[in-house]
Amino acid sequence: MTTLLEARDVTKVFGGGLLDRNTTVALEDFSLAIDSDRPSITAVVGESGSGKTTLARLLLGLAAPTRGEVRYLGRDLQKMTQTEMRTFRRDVQVIFQDPYEVYNPFYRVDHVLTTPVSKFKLATSRAEANRLIEEVLKAVGLRPEETLGRFPHQLSGGQRQRVMVARALLLRPRLILADEPVSMVDASLRASILGALRAMNVERSISIIYITHDLATAYQISENIVVLYRGSVAEAGDVELVVKHPQHPYTQLLISSIPVASAERTWTTAEVADPAIQAAGQAGCKFADRCPSATPPCLRKPPPLFRTAPHRAVACYLYQNAPVLPGEELEAAFVTPAPPTQEISGPSQ
Amino acid sequence: MTTDALQVKDLVVHYHTPLGAVKAADHVHFALRADERLGLVGESGSGKSTMALAILRMIKPPGRIETGEVWLDGRNLMTLSEEEMRHVRLARIAMIPQGSMNSLNPVTRIRAQIADALRDHGVKLSRRQLGERVRDLLQSVGLTPQVAEMYPHQLSGGMKQRVCIAIAISLRPKVIIADEPTSALDVVVQKQVMETLARVQKDLGASVILVGHDMGLVAQFVDRLGVMYAGKLVEVSPVRDIFTKPLHPYTQMLIASLPSFAQKGVFRGIPGLAPLLRDLPPGCAFHPRCPQAFDRCQKEEPQPREVRPETWAACHLLP
Repeated sequence: MTTLLEARDVTKVFGGGLLDRNTTVALEDFSLAIDSDRPSITAVVGESGSGKTTLARLLLGLAAPTRGEVRYLGRDLQKMTQTEMRTFRRDVQVIFQDPYEVYNPFYRVDHVLTTPVSKFKLATSRAEANRLIEEVLKAVGLRPEETLGRFPHQLSGGQRQRVMVARALLLRPRLILADEPVSMVDASLRASILGALRAMNVERSISIIYITHDLATAYQISENIVVLYRGSVAEAGDVELVVKHPQHPYTQLLISSIPVASAERTWTTAEVADPAIQAAGQAGCKFADRCPSATPPCLRKPPPLFRTAPHRAVACYLYQNAPVLPGEELEAAFVTPAPPTQEISGPSQ
Repeated sequence: MTTDALQVKDLVVHYHTPLGAVKAADHVHFALRADERLGLVGESGSGKSTMALAILRMIKPPGRIETGEVWLDGRNLMTLSEEEMRHVRLARIAMIPQGSMNSLNPVTRIRAQIADALRDHGVKLSRRQLGERVRDLLQSVGLTPQVAEMYPHQLSGGMKQRVCIAIAISLRPKVIIADEPTSALDVVVQKQVMETLARVQKDLGASVILVGHDMGLVAQFVDRLGVMYAGKLVEVSPVRDIFTKPLHPYTQMLIASLPSFAQKGVFRGIPGLAPLLRDLPPGCAFHPRCPQAFDRCQKEEPQPREVRPETWAACHLLP
């Protein structure tokens, strides 16, 4: 297998300059590889402070790792030539969280679509450019005649976010990194944006890295999931296993805290452990201070990943009888995405 | 018969803009029972926060409460003087506004901020009594007494939100209105804050109106749920029924659009867009997006009807 985008033992530390003793380890020895042959959807889930935004910035080459490498088709992002970087910038597209901030309010929305066309010389004539733009707008369920020529404030949040998906598509990327693409969009529109992303994956063979704090949408869209806790992987693998039967105490806490929209009450009244302020230079498992099952060994050394099932790895000593999975081989625990069989209800407008 | 803690009758709030009046609350009518937790859900721009503010008469220009009554303790709040209303706020109805954790004064200790609220509402306490009161309040929201001596930046988001709950309950109000009290908090912390709110509600014997957009959160917390669409309350129903037997097509589609752990890979959005509140379609505001709309929906506005006991909905499809 060839890897499209990979992070190899990446660590990112903030602060810690000459006079600065306060350092924050945002991401620690993190590895992830996205296969180039089989389009996949991988979710990275974490709460605030888990390092998910840092990961997104590292994967996009917007920040340099303190240690380790991020590689695109085997080339370190930090050592790329300008031409290589240009290819990377075209092949890997991003959709950001805020569908309000990415637009310049003085330009019509057409601007975000025509700029990439001219920058990357995607069309030779104006007519061809228009045809391309109309095609991608239709692909995300927008009517070109109702979208083009408008100003950002004339579109709803959901429409704006779909224009961003359309913009990403325009470049025929191989990978889309979506950083909380639906967290600022209303519930009724969320489903249609996720549907559009899923359709991109199935119909156009684009791999997607879906970064979110929302386990429910992560479960809906992805095949594999990585749960981050304070910059380290807590649990990873097949989304069915991890979400339906979580093994790491943190994943269990996270999933039991999700308010489920149903007639059944799933919230029990049991008080959950308070997130203590992190002890400086804590040596062991980062979750130990909140963990109901913590034992002395947890405080000494951070747990490696234990492969508790072919498609699951858990960083917790509760499972130390299982074989150790080296962190840089995380994707070995991933399921290979099956060819699409389920019916995809397309984005609606 | 259960008594009502609060009654909202025919409340109309308009925001007057140069482009016309925005009908943010349009003839809203509901009752909050004693000890009840009522949820108000809706998408952005459906008027749910306006409702919360209007009950407390805190709508600011260009907004204006056009008509309507809000009954509490046998008094119509809309007829009170500004000074009388000021005493009702916090003492009888308290509000935990959206993002309230960011409204704490960054340069004042928590103790002083709680004391401020008490003093401003005419509570006279000695220094020692005040200290005890602050300690009790912090304890009731699950915080240690040391928090009183801290500044907001020393607290986590969840702790700050709990301080806001402590301030809100400092005068033992009868009604607590919480407007998205946990937005921007992580799910684990969100659960703790909601449990805190549930506990203080029980301790006080108060009623709660929880305003939110997260159906899941509201479903886990409230007894009855009201669904708002385009400034109107389209359905009010006990939580169990609304998920098993939703009546209004909007409620049905909203529930179907929620991501669940039961079904994977099926995405059902609601087609179309929410209407502009200053330019509502004639008849039922939902008819352009409704798959079951028929002629009457375009002409006549449906009135809320009691379909089942305790269940109200406004739709022409209902008998």
